[in-house]
Parts: sequence; structure tokens; C-alpha cells
Amino acid sequence: MKTGRREFIRLGGVFGALAAIGVLTEKEAWAQQQAWNKAAFETKNLNDTIKALGGSAVSKSDDITMTVPDIAENGAVVPVGVASRVPGTTQIYILVDKNPNMLAAGFTIPQGTEPNISTRIKMAQTSNVLAVVKANNQFFVATKEVKVTLGGCGG
Amino acid sequence: MPDPMRIRANAQQDGVDVRVLMSHEMETGQRKDGNGNIVPAHFISNVTVTHGGKTVLSAEWGPAVSKNPYMQFKFQGGKKGDEVTVTWVDNMGETRTDKATIA
Repeated sequence: MKTGRREFIRLGGVFGALAAIGVLTEKEAWAQQQAWNKAAFETKNLNDTIKALGGSAVSKSDDITMTVPDIAENGAVVPVGVASRVPGTTQIYILVDKNPNMLAAGFTIPQGTEPNISTRIKMAQTSNVLAVVKANNQFFVATKEVKVTLGGCGG
Repeated sequence: MPDPMRIRANAQQDGVDVRVLMSHEMETGQRKDGNGNIVPAHFISNVTVTHGGKTVLSAEWGPAVSKNPYMQFKFQGGKKGDEVTVTWVDNMGETRTDKATIA
């Protein structure tokens, strides 16, 4: 089909309007998400992530239980469960070592909620999955390797 | 308007078990379309779950959370018939709120 000049102008108008909406929502998003820790979600290694989350050091802990598959057939959907027995746990973070950005998700656990959460994440390739727990302003970490037979990034 | 969430909240002996399944593309911003252009990132960045006006879980997510995100957790202090409210906001400012009654 040939796109005539009139048609072209009309389409231009539509796209212009869409762009205008885009600018608006971007503004709103910015307002709603000032709390979103952009820096933390752009880090590439564990130390930088801990720093971006406001910590300085991280120590290994046996009080963190991770429920992950040994082998994930589909890297786009990897079930991850993290349970912390560290007293005073306030935050649980899930990190993937070899993803483009390390931090996948963070959960804030208020009093009265169990420090035990499950979710599903994407993994680009076989990698260590890290569970970081923040308790009394200290950071603890546990690690488990997940083998991925089909990557979840790049489609 | 994004599709509704599916929320299950069940009162158990040791607390209320909440399972949420959201409907969202969770585009990473790393993928390219057929013409080699990068598909812009579009993902849920913040999730808040409240019960009786009190936040029982909040989450910050990056694009590495799977498409159509799922999460499960347990909180104390809820009882049958109470309402649980889940709200998410994505990085483009879209938002969705759904409620479920504890069973």
C-alpha cells in the first residue's frame, strides 16, 4: 500500500500525540519512583551493590536458606526462595552474578512479616545466585549456583 | 489499563499466606527488535502490599524479575475476611491496584 502525503501527515499527528503522552507519564513515573534505587540496580558486582544499598561490608551466613533449582531449563523463569533466620532481618535482596546488572529484586520486610519470600527471576546464563540479607544494618550473604540450559535475556 | 493481578490470600495457623501473580511484560531493555533497535526497558519497579492500612511487604524490582511476576510471602495479624491490597508501579509510570479477601 502506498502511503500518501495526507496519510503521512495524519500519522505524524498521531505519533506526536503519543509522544506528548509519553512525556507526561515519564514525569509522573519520575515523581512516583524517586524512591527506586537506580544506582543499586545498575551495579555489576557484590561490593558495589552493597555500597549502593548503604552498607560497607558483607559476611557469609549459614542462617540464610535459599530454595533454587540446581538446573533451570528456562533462564527466563527461575524460581527463587529466600528464608532468613538472621535476627532482625529487614531486607532481602536477590542478586545474580552474571546478569547484565546484578541486583534482580529487593524486598522490605516489616515487623510481623516472615523473612521468607519467593519469586521468579531471569538468568542470562549459568551463574551464582546470591541472597543478601540486611539485619540491624549489617549485610549477610548466601550463594548457590544455578545451571541454566537456555538463557533468559536476548530472547 | 494493565490486566488485573491474581491474588490469593489464605489464613493459615502461622499467618496469612499471600501469593500474587501480576500481568506485565517486564522488558529488560537489553533485547533488540527485528530491525536491530533496542526495545526500551519496561518493568515493574515498586510493589506494595497493605493490610488494614499497614504495609506488610514492599519490594523494589529491576528488569531481571520474570515476565508476569510472581511472589509469595507470609504475614501475621490477618484474619479471614480481611482485605489485602497490592499496588505496583512500573518504570513508565503505569500502575495497578487490586484487592483480595483473605480466605
